[in-house]
Amino acid sequence: MLRFLFRRILGSLVILVLLTVVAFLLFFGMPRDPALLMCGKTCTPDALANIHHTLGLDKSIPEQFWIFLSGLVTGRDDFAQGPCPAPCFGYSYHTNEQVWSTLMDRLPLTLSLAAGATVVFLFVGLGTGLLAAWKRGTLVDKSFTAGSMVLSSMQIYFLGPLALAILVYQTHIFDEPDYTPLTDNPAAWFTGLIIPWAVLSTIFAAQYTRMARSSMIEQLQEEHVRTARAKGMSGRYVFFRYAWRGSLIPIITILGIDLSSLLGGAIITEYTFGLPGLGRLAVESVQFSDLPLLLGVMLFAAAVILLCNIVVDACYAFIDPRVRLS
Amino acid sequence: MTSPIDIEGGGTSVVVDGDQQPKTKPEEAKQLEGRSPGQLMWIRFKRDRTGVVSAYIVIFFFVIGLAAPLIAKLYGKDPYTVFADERPELFDSAGVPLQPNGGISGEFWFGLEPGNGYDVFTKLLYGIRNSLMISLAVTVATVLTGIILGVAAGYLGGKSDQLISRVIDFLLAFPAQLFFIASMPVVVSLFVSPRDETPVYVRVVALIAVQWFLGWMSLARILRGTTLALREREFIEAAKVSGASPVRIIRREIMPNVVTPILVQSTYMLPAFVTAEAGLSFLGVGLVEPTPDWGQMFSKASTELVMQNDITYMFFPGISMIVFIVAFNLLGDSVRDAFDPKTAR
Repeated sequence: MLRFLFRRILGSLVILVLLTVVAFLLFFGMPRDPALLMCGKTCTPDALANIHHTLGLDKSIPEQFWIFLSGLVTGRDDFAQGPCPAPCFGYSYHTNEQVWSTLMDRLPLTLSLAAGATVVFLFVGLGTGLLAAWKRGTLVDKSFTAGSMVLSSMQIYFLGPLALAILVYQTHIFDEPDYTPLTDNPAAWFTGLIIPWAVLSTIFAAQYTRMARSSMIEQLQEEHVRTARAKGMSGRYVFFRYAWRGSLIPIITILGIDLSSLLGGAIITEYTFGLPGLGRLAVESVQFSDLPLLLGVMLFAAAVILLCNIVVDACYAFIDPRVRLS
Repeated sequence: MTSPIDIEGGGTSVVVDGDQQPKTKPEEAKQLEGRSPGQLMWIRFKRDRTGVVSAYIVIFFFVIGLAAPLIAKLYGKDPYTVFADERPELFDSAGVPLQPNGGISGEFWFGLEPGNGYDVFTKLLYGIRNSLMISLAVTVATVLTGIILGVAAGYLGGKSDQLISRVIDFLLAFPAQLFFIASMPVVVSLFVSPRDETPVYVRVVALIAVQWFLGWMSLARILRGTTLALREREFIEAAKVSGASPVRIIRREIMPNVVTPILVQSTYMLPAFVTAEAGLSFLGVGLVEPTPDWGQMFSKASTELVMQNDITYMFFPGISMIVFIVAFNLLGDSVRDAFDPKTAR
């Protein structure tokens, strides 16, 4: 287990470094010069060169890359804005704030969105999926599968505005989605996020219904399940103790992918509901050609994806004893 | 208990249960007459009512996409006319159509777009056309890349396999949407200087390029696995012993055996690309006004102007996309079942 973790983390670090290289190159291909944006309308070549120098953009690209990488590990204090402790992503070109603290500012919203939605869609999705598999071929099964087919084909950019229009703008049942930190006011936190949660979980739950159903049905035809039945175990026991455990593998796989995309910033969701989370931050950083911020969000999102992959792979070993790590 | 042609989404199909079992027997008899796997697949597919209906719906979308200019000509309008300027009497001061239900009338079948007042019917037609063409191009590009790299990795093995697998792992760790948003302006700037107006075709090429870049890995991975398993089979060995060149083995022995995963995966990939492309246009980094696009209609629909006044406009892109995606996914399931009746899902 330790060896597995060590190897995977090492591999992930390599990928992260490579990703930084790609993001760096991407940025230097960007059409707009961030210094030109900061310089304003009355920009002289001198002032521009000055800004280039303070941003460190006058150095060569490999040099800048090295400074950035070493800053991540050791921290830096060569910024005009003040010291920058490790992990140092530098200061945003646009807001002049530390990138790391901006990331940490926006993270609670993204976390709340992901956590709330995950709880709901796992309960609803797996529940309906199991029920559909249990009552396979009946009217319940057919209506669940048909419903989930349609719902999972919905997109956040359709269902979100639709829910907003009906529930907020036309009937005024809810207020516009808004984020209040959980520690400030739990009630406001809950009511502010209820529409985004509902929309996200509707779409995701439908996918899990389909997945849980098909995975369970596949498992119920396995030989070890048949053996258990032949031994005279009750249908319920076989269903929950034998088939359920085996059907978890594909579910965990997809859950890992979904969670990593939710935690890395659900860009379209946050954009639809106007919530200032990590996804919005990413869009803003591109709009303002803000390299430190863009690198911060990208690396954070990629780290989340890699972490989720490792956790998922470790989970396989717990679920299925035949899977051996390493 | 194991009905051979069992469709996921069994609820929507009437043909699923029970009556499938006897049908397979004449089929096996037919096999003795000597039918190619392709013919067998076609026979099985034609019998699957859900699949046939969804195929018709999908074809319908492609036909109206292709015939959009013709339909618009017969209908007498185009998606670029700003009716808010041409016929201001149809709109109130905020730019919302005066007539109820989004201005639907005999003249404007699907109403008028709040704001600029584009004709929704032609806009939707052209939007579907543009979205489908882009997604089709992305699908073709990713499938070709997936085939070349996946089969190469699986067949050659060794160093090239390791290299390609590493690249796949690396690209899979990319936060895709974030990368799309960050790289769209970069790719566009490769073609035009930022001061010039960006021509539409440049945006289209950029959209195809970024989606292709992060789109081919899953298919390549599947094909690598399939090829890896095929490589050890006797018929490949026989071909090798009889002196066939690697190119010939790949073309004549391996390719026919990986057609199934390619077809099945591409029917799943195309709708995913459609929604991804629409998502990018929704965020404002894909196609922009006045070029009609499915996703950009959604971003219009999510403005407060629409949400506060008349939400009719929202349903035209919304419903049409749901119908398209559902039909395409059902078609994908049917294609998979037709190729491989053993998958009981």
